[in-house]
Amino acid sequence: MSKLDSKVPSGPMSEKWTNHKFSSKLVNPANRRKYEILVVGTGLAGASAAASLAEMGYKVKAFCTHDSARRAHSIAAQGGINAAKNYQNDGDSVHRLFYDTVKGGDFRSREANVHRLAEVSVQIIDQCVAQGVPFARDYGGTLGNRSFGGAQVSRTFYARGQTGQQLLLGAYSALMRQVEKGNVELLTRREMLELVKIDGKARGLIVRNLVTGELEKYSGDAVILATGGYGNVFYLSTNAKNSNATAIWRAHKQGAYFANPCYTQIHPTCIPVSGDYQSKLTLMSESLRNDGRVWVPKDKDDKRDPVEIPEAERDYYLERIYPSFGNLVPRDVASRQAKYRVDEKRGVGPTDTAVYLDFKDAINRLGKDAIKEKYGNLFQMYEKIAGEDPYSRPMRIYPAVHYTMGGLWVDYNLMSTIPGLHVLGEANFSDHGANRLGASALMQGLADGYFVIPATLGNYLNSYKLSEVTTEHSEFEKAYNTVKNRVDTILNVKGKRTVDSFHRELGLIMWENVGMSRNRKDLEKAMSEIQKLRQDFWKDVRVPGKATEKNQELEKAMRLADFLELGELMAKDAFMREESCGGHFREEHQREGEAKRNDEEFSHVAAFEWKSEKDRIFWEKHKEELSFEIVKPSTRSYK
Amino acid sequence: MNLKLKVWKQEGPDTKGYFKNLEAKEVSPDMSFLEMLDVVNQDLIKKGDEPIAFDHDCREGICGSCSMVVNGDPHGPEKAVTVCQLHMRKFKDGDSLVIEPWRAKAFPIVKDLITDRSAFDRIIQAGGYISVNTGNAPEANSIPVPKVKADAAFQDATCIGCGACVAACKNASAMLFTAAKISHLEALPQGKVESQTRVLNMIGQMDKEKFGACTNTGACSAVCPKEISLKTIAKANSLFRKAAIQKS
Ligand SMILES: Cc1cc2nc3c(=O)[nH]c(=O)nc-3n(C[C@H](O)[C@H](O)[C@H](O)COP(=O)(O)OP(=O)(O)OC[C@H]3O[C@@H](n4cnc5c(N)ncnc54)[C@H](O)[C@@H]3O)c2cc1C
Ligand code: FES
Repeated sequence: MSKLDSKVPSGPMSEKWTNHKFSSKLVNPANRRKYEILVVGTGLAGASAAASLAEMGYKVKAFCTHDSARRAHSIAAQGGINAAKNYQNDGDSVHRLFYDTVKGGDFRSREANVHRLAEVSVQIIDQCVAQGVPFARDYGGTLGNRSFGGAQVSRTFYARGQTGQQLLLGAYSALMRQVEKGNVELLTRREMLELVKIDGKARGLIVRNLVTGELEKYSGDAVILATGGYGNVFYLSTNAKNSNATAIWRAHKQGAYFANPCYTQIHPTCIPVSGDYQSKLTLMSESLRNDGRVWVPKDKDDKRDPVEIPEAERDYYLERIYPSFGNLVPRDVASRQAKYRVDEKRGVGPTDTAVYLDFKDAINRLGKDAIKEKYGNLFQMYEKIAGEDPYSRPMRIYPAVHYTMGGLWVDYNLMSTIPGLHVLGEANFSDHGANRLGASALMQGLADGYFVIPATLGNYLNSYKLSEVTTEHSEFEKAYNTVKNRVDTILNVKGKRTVDSFHRELGLIMWENVGMSRNRKDLEKAMSEIQKLRQDFWKDVRVPGKATEKNQELEKAMRLADFLELGELMAKDAFMREESCGGHFREEHQREGEAKRNDEEFSHVAAFEWKSEKDRIFWEKHKEELSFEIVKPSTRSYK
Repeated sequence: MNLKLKVWKQEGPDTKGYFKNLEAKEVSPDMSFLEMLDVVNQDLIKKGDEPIAFDHDCREGICGSCSMVVNGDPHGPEKAVTVCQLHMRKFKDGDSLVIEPWRAKAFPIVKDLITDRSAFDRIIQAGGYISVNTGNAPEANSIPVPKVKADAAFQDATCIGCGACVAACKNASAMLFTAAKISHLEALPQGKVESQTRVLNMIGQMDKEKFGACTNTGACSAVCPKEISLKTIAKANSLFRKAAIQKS
């Protein structure tokens, strides 16, 4: 086990980032042209990075799996983006956003990163407004805000329930402007399937053209992965269907350490599963908890229609247990409480596995139109899916997998343990600790892309003498052959089971054992079941079609093969982390149902190094010890 | 319920396509349309056949990936809904469904129901942005924007770029898509600066992409899952005329 160097700059917390920018190495404008940067992913993190680097003069190639850069999963983000503008004069500041985020992450994040995030948050809003992002405004023409969980101030900027869409269209437009200028070459419908390392550094990619099936080679001076989270390991999640871990997993197998894989966010307010054909789950934004009240009937097995249950017989349990934060407790807390209610047999709905989110009082207070104005598209989405009108009856909701705080380990410069390989957005582990606060992922993605990587990339480019490399280098041929073999092997299994049937089975193992509540015995079981499932997959999967064509089953199979390894690592990390913190809840470590941390032994980032010999895969754990200069770890309380 | 499907199959842009007859059995009314196709595909694979290829991702009506014509309607019979949000409770036992890709010269077929919509990206590339480099932005509240303007900009900015407007139009025009972006940026003070070049370049690019001319039939707005208004087209046209006169 070795210790990891986070490269956090010295000096007082509030000056670290400023000092770091000053001491960072600069690449002069004329030289930037000479560097080729490969950016994988065009979500908020990737599009903002590609556009900003191209504006600075770097030559950029950007890749995405979609037919257009605008369709990245970020487009689906609903509720909003945080920034410490203090426009509401309610006591917000960079320091408070920093404090809330460190506390919200249950003291498992790196303070210096979080402070930087809070600092640049204000610039993000300026940038987006200048791009034409139509945020909600008040009658005087200034920007409006709302509240999100884990905060007692209103610092969330939003565009109705479509904030991610508007932010991504802003970043996408900046990206397309650079494409027009010839500074970015955009390669859509391309999937990175291997990282190419030369002399230990990240120097290129093997990418599958998803239309022709051809494997393409690209070389560059640095690689940036902004490929999103890995929640789809659970099969059912709120993530878009094509979200996957392949890019980060290939990099992991080439030497990039994977940090805190077990930190998964289960979002409390999603539309419950309705049948075994279910293909994904739909989020009902956390912003709804501004006006919606969560309740269950006081009596067990109460089968009455919700509108017939009188006030006195309802348990608004979040308001009861957490009077100071009420319905706006952080997600991990709200999810666990929903699970407890269902476990106590007070769940509602056709399968008794839901709780109510009720807007009755808000509609009475503010009127239906005001509620429609704030949440119109979410209410419509609910109505389409659930077939019920949420204006007249409470929504039925239940927690679902939503976000992954874990990801590739990066230092303060956002560089992984592979020199030259940088990781941005949800794909890295950096800022959210064991639980992400609402409206902070959009903030982090854009912080990484617009402001952090443009400032830190030079540190890498200037530190090494990078040799000229072309795709003629033998490492490219080697990587190409590895990918080609993997594609051929999967196609040649010609077994009996579909890719989806394996994925659903993996998802169930993960949800039942590595989900909202975990224990030693279940985690051990999960690890062995996943190993077995992985063997079955390679013996019995059926992937129709050819390698040299548009082949969606092949795309899914390649991603699932990686999930089948990642799932085991998640269970392993959860098994080794003998404490509860944020979204990681170990039943053995609790205090009356609340997470009980063990700071003595686990105040660290767990970073795993991939190892394999013959048919066996295993990991070596490394640690980055966390130290808290400013926000002293305490028991998180929202009561 | 059980349904009869007639689904368009086509191997690639240059091959001939055909309709394949399929059955969807034991469909639950709570399934989404795409989940119904998932089930059909699982059966096809188990039988050793190839599944139907279709684009999809968010399945929440926001990414604009899903794109198919159901019984002649882009995104199917329900108003203001993408096909991924369409649920089977809208259909009844025994119904026959004809499922086709978007059909437009500017959107060549990639495979089955998947088309190439990169022409839309090139229209945005031609001017669908405000030219501001990262770091060069003024303080966000320094330019107030009247709420009605901001709301109008938002409404037009909700376009998901799915292409249903093109698929619905007898001329396969991309005017609604293009006008929505022009109108979104025009409503904001920040967007006004480049107003003239934007409208000329975007409409110019649209013409180069083999989209047809707009004859104001309104079919586009009627099928638009985000209900982008025809007023955007009127606005874009008037801006275009003014800009063209100024330029000459
Ligand atoms: C329904 C929903 C609502 C949300 N709402 C909010 C919210 O209100 N506020 C908030 O802060 N956060 C929210 N989040 C979280 C937030 O949206 C995401 O964390 C964030 O958008 C991730 O952005 P990203 O740029 O890291 O990755 P993504 O947007 O996931 O982009 C990944 C990119 O990588 C590409 N890619 C992936 N793999 C490959 C590969 N192998 N090769 C090539 N390209 C690849 C994809 O094509 C895509 O372009 C929400 C999430 C969900 C699911
Ligand atoms: S799949 Fe995203 S809009 Fe339909």
